Amino acid sequence: MAVSDSLRATISRAKRNDLIFVALGIAALLFAASTFVALFLDMVGDGLSRLNPSFFTEFASRRAERAGILAAWVGTFAVMLVTALVAVPIGVASGIYLEEYAPKNKLTALIEININNLAGVPSIVYGLLALGLFVHTFGLGASVQTAGLTLALLILPVVIVATREAIRAVPGSIREAAYALGATRWQMVSDHVLPYSMPGILTGVIIGLSRAIGETAPIVTIGAVTFIAFLPPSPVTSSPPFLSFDWLASPFTAMPIQIFNWTSRPEEAFQANASAAALVLVVMTLLMNAIAIWLRYRLRRNLNW
Amino acid sequence: MSQAPAAGRLAHRRSRHIRERIIELVLLSSALVAVATTIGIVFILVKESISFFSQVSIVDFLTDRQWTPLFSDPHFGIWVLLSGTLTSSAIALSVAIPVGTILAIYLSEFASARMRETAKPILELLAGIPTIVFGYFALFFVTPLLKKIYPELPGFNLLSAGLVMGVMIVPYISSIAEDAMRAVPMSLREGAFAMGATRLQVALNVVVPAAFSGLAAAYILGISRAVGETMIVAVAAGMQPNFTFNPTEQAATITAYIVQVAKGDLPHGSVGYQTIFAAGLTLFLLTLVFNLLGYYLRKRFREEY
Repeated sequence: MAVSDSLRATISRAKRNDLIFVALGIAALLFAASTFVALFLDMVGDGLSRLNPSFFTEFASRRAERAGILAAWVGTFAVMLVTALVAVPIGVASGIYLEEYAPKNKLTALIEININNLAGVPSIVYGLLALGLFVHTFGLGASVQTAGLTLALLILPVVIVATREAIRAVPGSIREAAYALGATRWQMVSDHVLPYSMPGILTGVIIGLSRAIGETAPIVTIGAVTFIAFLPPSPVTSSPPFLSFDWLASPFTAMPIQIFNWTSRPEEAFQANASAAALVLVVMTLLMNAIAIWLRYRLRRNLNW
Repeated sequence: MSQAPAAGRLAHRRSRHIRERIIELVLLSSALVAVATTIGIVFILVKESISFFSQVSIVDFLTDRQWTPLFSDPHFGIWVLLSGTLTSSAIALSVAIPVGTILAIYLSEFASARMRETAKPILELLAGIPTIVFGYFALFFVTPLLKKIYPELPGFNLLSAGLVMGVMIVPYISSIAEDAMRAVPMSLREGAFAMGATRLQVALNVVVPAAFSGLAAAYILGISRAVGETMIVAVAAGMQPNFTFNPTEQAATITAYIVQVAKGDLPHGSVGYQTIFAAGLTLFLLTLVFNLLGYYLRKRFREEY
């Protein structure tokens, strides 16, 4: 019959369109994944030959084949330490305040809008803030502490949002039980809510740090030196008090800056160095991200309130 | 009961109360760091821009067709830098919006749970790659590839920077868009399925319109991301100011200009030094508008259902 024929045609066309869209979706996914693979293979192809132990133990050099990333990875490590020590306490405290303490008023709304807006501010603007405020107003110089503080401000929204989400997932009954036993608000938070939300917070912190480790624009803007052939002074000294904080004020270079510097050189030999350093940086960030994803996955599986 | 223990208990309660108040104040002041950061950014950008605009008229800034701040005959036409920013962003979005939307629809409406569990971590890893590495990839992989198709392409060009930037933004757009579509209640889909609609019809005619404000938020935040992106364009698009909307030419974006000037040694307080703050203020205002719009739209789709 004519009606059922046209109906059948409509149905088969609709089914075909569904299939076409699925193919499109998979193609989009493959496009994203293949970019990732191409990027990785490109770096491995160009840079693997440079990845020998001396690459990690040599300073930058004018001779490409002798140059290494010692100052860069030590600098990155020192900056990340400062970033974590500043961003984690402030970020977690802000998250606790907003979830457990904040009354619903204008001040709270203002804080929330600010956090949301800061998350979208381009990273280079943080660099300008640091250049104007930390370097020229506070006189901290283009040092480890300036870079650490700048990146800490940059990842603060990430840490705050992660903390809030983790705290929000803790059921209210836990809080009520703590109050029922006479706990104060802070006892309730520190003894019950925080331990339960710790994995979630940790995930956010790792993701934030993995973002900070690859950030180039803000630390280029504060004027980090690109050619450094010394390490920051050691935090441990041989004479009392055995601890030194001179490394905080030391000039530094970092992995992304080293890569940027090598990328800007015309010689092909430096390009190999850039790809080797980029490979190291990507492996660092991927590892951090993988740990975060794994943590979250485990967290989701083990949670049943 | 004797009086002493009661008084002791009272004193204990008072000290407990004071301690609680102090903790709350500490938490509140942490949360205020976000507000202080915004104030700091605005203060620094405006302060330096005011001294800049006392020497350069705003009319020249907005209408001059040349950007040569360091020449003996300086010109300060921000449109020269804006043209680079707008062109690279337009290329990026012409990749990121279609791919991101298709990906989001596919993951939210078509993909099996297992497919989603595999695809999302891949996208997250892609989002976690440092932008300097993407810049390296654009300069040393995508540009040579494009040159095979179009041999006249210069080594630095907006096209390859824009394309790679687009891939970088895909995960960002797809994750916000997918969130928005998953927030659409199941009952709407079930209603459409009951009327005999196919998956694609449900996705395009029911879910996408219902999630529209969320999709718009994803696009707007994507635009803000593209406008503020720094390292990809600084590495791959060249840093020569060039008033052009032609993707096959090289040009400096606002962000690339800031990097270029900050890398050199401009004396603090000179007009050259102040230009990067005026450029930064333009960038900040541009992204602020997009961010507030995106924030508002996102909040709306969260509240709709």
